[in-house]
Amino acid sequence: MLEVRDLHAYYGKSHILQGVDMHIDTGEVVSLLGRNGVGRSTTVKAIMGEVPPHGSIKFKGQDIAGLPSFKIAHLGLGYVPEHRDIFPGLTVRQNLLLGIKDPRKPGKWRPDDMLDMFPNLAARADTAAGVLSGGEKQMLTICRTLMGDPELVMIDEPTEGLAPLIVQQVGDLIAEIARRGVAILLVEQKLSIALRISHRVYVMGHGKIVFEGTPAELKANDGVRKEWLEV
Amino acid sequence: MLELFVISTLNGILFGMLLFLMASGLTVIFSMLGVLNFAHASFYMLGAFFGFQISKWFGFWPALVIAPLLAGALGAMVERYGLRQVHKYGHVPELLFTFGLAFAIEEIVSIVWGKSPVDFRVPALLDFPAFTLFSTNYPAFKIFMLVISIIIFVGLLIALKKTRVGLIVQAALTHPHMVGHLGHNVGRIFMLVFGVGTALAAVAGVIAGPALVTQSNMAGLLGPILFVVVVVGGLGSLPGAFLASLLIGLVQTFAVSMNGSLAGAFGPLSPDLATTWLSDIWNVTIAQIAPIMPYVLLVLILIFRPMGLLGTRET
Repeated sequence: MLEVRDLHAYYGKSHILQGVDMHIDTGEVVSLLGRNGVGRSTTVKAIMGEVPPHGSIKFKGQDIAGLPSFKIAHLGLGYVPEHRDIFPGLTVRQNLLLGIKDPRKPGKWRPDDMLDMFPNLAARADTAAGVLSGGEKQMLTICRTLMGDPELVMIDEPTEGLAPLIVQQVGDLIAEIARRGVAILLVEQKLSIALRISHRVYVMGHGKIVFEGTPAELKANDGVRKEWLEV
Repeated sequence: MLELFVISTLNGILFGMLLFLMASGLTVIFSMLGVLNFAHASFYMLGAFFGFQISKWFGFWPALVIAPLLAGALGAMVERYGLRQVHKYGHVPELLFTFGLAFAIEEIVSIVWGKSPVDFRVPALLDFPAFTLFSTNYPAFKIFMLVISIIIFVGLLIALKKTRVGLIVQAALTHPHMVGHLGHNVGRIFMLVFGVGTALAAVAGVIAGPALVTQSNMAGLLGPILFVVVVVGGLGSLPGAFLASLLIGLVQTFAVSMNGSLAGAFGPLSPDLATTWLSDIWNVTIAQIAPIMPYVLLVLILIFRPMGLLGTRET
């Protein structure tokens, strides 16, 4: 479904991505792991065109490298960025409504489903989203992206800075998305969630993929974990 | 004194609403595109001149509709074919582009309509005193200006708060990238906002043209005040722009009508100081310094509250 070949990206003169190769199949849950600063977020940003990509990015067979992000979104690629970019002045419900790409074509996720799933959000449906807690904001951003009916969602560091109980909830939500047949690319630093829900994992180091395999293979491979993941 | 107060308040609110018609577009464009549009007041001027020309051909009422549409279409084209192309080179070139555009528009206007004021008259239908307050006749056209600005203000508010496009615009004010990632065509939204913003400025031009002077330097006269409004209100804040527009409208109108000076307040200066610089300051009236009042306010705001009255950004 998504095929990335020899992807390079630069911030000014620094060569951040140095030839990333990866692929995600329909309905598959894949995690992109690695320490801070190795280029995981840049990889998803380059796929969305937020950082100019150099290389080949194919989504459902179509070349999307460098397309404007709204076109990429319309092809069915959802993106939940790292900083939980909720619209703080709009209400929770309005945030969800803006996730809908075309109000004339309702998708399989409806705002009310989301509110049913998260009583916390439902209780605040009509308050400004800016006052939500970190965990609620994270739920809201993920739900908002789902409103647009993506076939693949890329979620960047959803559990960063959240309490363990909330991390558990975010994990459950991601598992639920996967259960409904949406493919997921999860960018994470914590291994716990990634290993629990992923079919496959990639490990990144220095702007390249340094390991690819199943969660079980990663667990068994002490060398990779020591060199590229553990602090 | 009461008469002065009532008339000045009315005039101040009117001037404030006119400022808001322009400042609203300017501030929304700034929030979304990150560019201070130096040519914004030029669209106000274009509105006045288009209004004048169309009035001559078809009458004032068609002009009130067509002139803003024309100016708005021009504005949208400036965004689509000008700013968007320049955007990839960064903010400074964008700023310079709008700066140059302001000069270009001013020159074109003076080539077409000349440098002296044109005869843009109040339509006969509205050329009568609306009411007489104490001994002053208050012109009906000014009431009309006030009503139009309030209608547009309310319309803008409803469009922004209640429609889907309005919500997208609000969201794009703070997070344009995220709006794009959700599948909304941010470029088209930018063009729309630029078009609507410049059209609003043009509305201000059409209704202010007959009341004030329609001349090729009118953009240059008004532009700086507009920036004061936007900075005082807080860059990118619509409520801030509204507040600051009224504030500056009132401050300026009141200042012009006041004759008080330090000499008036504290009595004349003793004769032995009369030849010193102090006597100059002592005898200056508030009316004389009225034109610099907005800039004094600007400086004070920048010192004590750099993000503006209701602004949230540091820039």
